[in-house]
Parts: sequence; structure tokens; C-alpha cells
Amino acid sequence: MRIALLFLLAFGLLPATHAQTSAPDELVKSVTNEVIEIIKNDKDIQAGDPRKAAALVQEKVLPHFNFTRMTALAMGPSWRKATPDQRAALVDQFRTLLVRTYSTALTSYRNQVIDYKPLRMQPEDTEVTVRSLVRQPGAQAVNIDYSMEKRDGGWKVYDMSVGGVSLVTTYRDTFNTEVRNAGIDGLIKTLSDKNRQLASN
Amino acid sequence: MKNNFLQLRFCAAASLIALVALSGCATTGADPRDPIEPVNRAVFQFNDTVDKAVLKPVAQGYRAILPGPVRTGVTNFFANLRDPWIALNQILQGKIEEGATDFMRFVTNTTFGLAGIFDVASEGGMEKHDEDFGQTLGVWGLDTGPYLVLPILGPSNVRDGAGRVADSAAYVPWEGPGWADAGDEVAIRNSLTAVDTIQTRAGLLDASNVLEEAALDRYAFVRDAYLQRRRSQVYDGNAPSLRDDEDYYQEAPAAAPEAHGAEPSGKAPVVPPETDQRGAPARTR
Repeated sequence: MRIALLFLLAFGLLPATHAQTSAPDELVKSVTNEVIEIIKNDKDIQAGDPRKAAALVQEKVLPHFNFTRMTALAMGPSWRKATPDQRAALVDQFRTLLVRTYSTALTSYRNQVIDYKPLRMQPEDTEVTVRSLVRQPGAQAVNIDYSMEKRDGGWKVYDMSVGGVSLVTTYRDTFNTEVRNAGIDGLIKTLSDKNRQLASN
Repeated sequence: MKNNFLQLRFCAAASLIALVALSGCATTGADPRDPIEPVNRAVFQFNDTVDKAVLKPVAQGYRAILPGPVRTGVTNFFANLRDPWIALNQILQGKIEEGATDFMRFVTNTTFGLAGIFDVASEGGMEKHDEDFGQTLGVWGLDTGPYLVLPILGPSNVRDGAGRVADSAAYVPWEGPGWADAGDEVAIRNSLTAVDTIQTRAGLLDASNVLEEAALDRYAFVRDAYLQRRRSQVYDGNAPSLRDDEDYYQEAPAAAPEAHGAEPSGKAPVVPPETDQRGAPARTR
């Protein structure tokens, strides 16, 4: 469960506003540092203000994720059966859910130290994994890996894994079960119900 | 008080055996890794109830009362007690160098770190590792077996559940500190275990809040994360990716939309699982 937190935390800590051509690991580092600085100087976020944290995620983190690919991977083969409208709804609801949960995770950042491993990459590569390590007292350091793709000249994250647990893979079983039981529209409904319930809290 | 832990352990062991026996005849659920899902869900529900009623409130109180540095000291203290067993598991897995490091960590932290309260070994560059007997069995090639939710102890599987029995037998506080007389030893051991449980839960408070929000189905979310995590640990963080890298989203959307309502159930593609030798079966390919 500690893993789950770091997982979400890491996602939230991915920073934004960057030149499109910068190296993927530099992008991750600069966004992470920027977001950490903002959290450190914002007492409201530290105290758990979900709105401010969500705004931070929207502004700094969201632009660096390819949510369409993320949703497609989380859906797996069922993605092929979804209509364009269903796909749009799925991406929209999944994004809302992730923003919400990551915002919550952000508010619990507690000065963990993050190291980055050297990036192995050829200049022509369009898919890389940026590897980082989060250190914390009394526990083994946890790997946080960002799967990134180069598209239209910029790097974007399409999956991340924390301690070996992939976000996309972890959602896939739930999504598939939902689709099997209630169809794609059933999954959309479940997601939007969940989002509504979280928003009313 | 004296026999509480033994009873708990016996209870866990008995449940484990019962669940394994059950798994032989239970009907197959949706997930081939989790053949006794209905039983597991019931235990998960039970654990959740106990957590909400007892463990979580106590952990919240613990965190509210003790300042951060004190809590870190407590965390370090219990982490240090586990290092000798971690060292032994490293060696059993053939990682002699890591085993030696972990043993040196224990010696360093127990002495210079004042009985482990300060993790001076990490500051000195000796990295903390996390090994247990379930991982050792995994390295030796044992399959995980079916997923299990153990009463109180939580997510596990047949292999890791067996590993836990060895882990707890080898864990220092079970044996007592040695210098106390027999009656005191039990009291000390019980207190230590209670504090250990509370501090562990306190460390997870933020995570469980996030989980509460992230998961559509907490049971499945915890299960899938647990199985991936254990697989990763057996490979020491270098497990081959389970992610399906097929580029689903590159393709054109389905040409003939099934216009209204849900698609017929049971029509979703069921991908036969490929079994990964050391970990959970791969999900898809």
C-alpha cells in the first residue's frame, strides 16, 4: 500500500512546461522538481486541500501524459470494440479519476529524496523508460519508472510503475471484468459514478 | 495474553491450509490466478472491518501523538530487527555480497545506531534491502500458487503464505530479547509486536486514503498490485514487463458501433494467461 501511494505520488510529481525537444529524463526531473518546490511552499496543499492540488496537477502534470494511450492500454483488447464516442468518454472519465487520486497523493508528499538512474537511449529512439528511485527512512528505496513515447516531437508518459506495479496493468483487470459483466457502457458508467462520488466528498 | 500470537499464527496457518484445500474444488472465477475469489473477498471484507474498527483509528492516534522523528526512530528500530533475516535470505538466494551488506547494516545500526533507532548504515551508503522467505522460494523457482487473502495479515498467495510462517518464526521479537525472564519476555514480545503493527499501519495511512479513491474495485486493485509487486521483488526490481505493448489506440475505432446499450456480456475477448515461471501468470500478450 505504501507502494500505491508512491505510485500516485510519482505520477503527481511529474512536472510540466518544457521545451518539446528536451530529453525525456530531463523532462521528468524538471517537472518533478518544479512540483516539489510548489508543494514545499504551499501550506494549503500540505494540509490536504484537494482543489489546489488538483489545479497543480492540471497545470503542471497533465500536459505530459498521453491519456488516450494510457486508457487504451488499460482497456486492452476491449479498446478495439469501443466506438469513438465511447473512447472519448473513457479517456475523459479515466483522466478525471487519475487527477483526483494523484491530487490526493500529492498532499502527502513528505520530503522523500528522488534519485535518477542514467538513461539508456539511442538518439533515434521513440520509446524509453526513465528510471528513478525514491528513498525513504526505514525502508528499501522504491523504483519509479516512467514509460515514455516521443510523438509529434515531444515526450509524453503513457504508463508508470512504482515498485514494479504498473498503473496500466493494475487497472486492466478491473476494466476487463467490468466490460465482461456490463459492457463498455457499463464501465463508463462505473467510472463516472465513482468520479461523481469522489467529487461530492 | 500469552497465547494470543500463537493462536493468531495457528489461526493463520489453519486458514491457509483450509483455503488451499478449498482452492482444489472451488469453481473457477474470472481470474485464473484467483480461483477462490469468493472466499478471498469475504476475508478481505473481514480484514477491512477489523481495520476500520481498530487498526486504522489506533494508527491515526499514533501519528497524531508522536512527532515525525520519533516515528522514524520506531520504524528504523523494527526495520533493523529484520535485517539479519533479510541477510540470510540474500545468501539463500545466492546474493552473498548483499547478504554481507545487510548483516553489516544490522551490526552498524545496532551499535552506532543505538539499537537500530538511527539508520546510520543507510547514511553510510549501505542500502536497505527487502527480502523474505517467499521471495527466496520464488527465486528457487516455486510458482506463487493461487492468490490468498489471509485473515488480519492481508494479501498473499500459497507460496508467500508459507514464506510468512518461516519469516515470523525467524523474526527476533518472537524469540524475546533473551535478557528478560520468561514471563517478562512474553509481555515484551507482545508489546513489541503491537507497536510494530501500529507503526506499520501508520506508515500506510496516506496510501490507504489514496487507494480508497483510486480503485473502482479495491479488492481487485489490491490483488493485482500485490501480485505485480511480489513478482517484481522476486526479480529484485528487474522483472520483464507484463504490459501489453500492442498499440491498441493506433487503430481506427470499431467500424460498426454497437449503437445502443451494453454489448452482450461474455463477448469480451478472454486472453489465455501465459504462465510466468517465477511470478504470476502474464496477463496478456
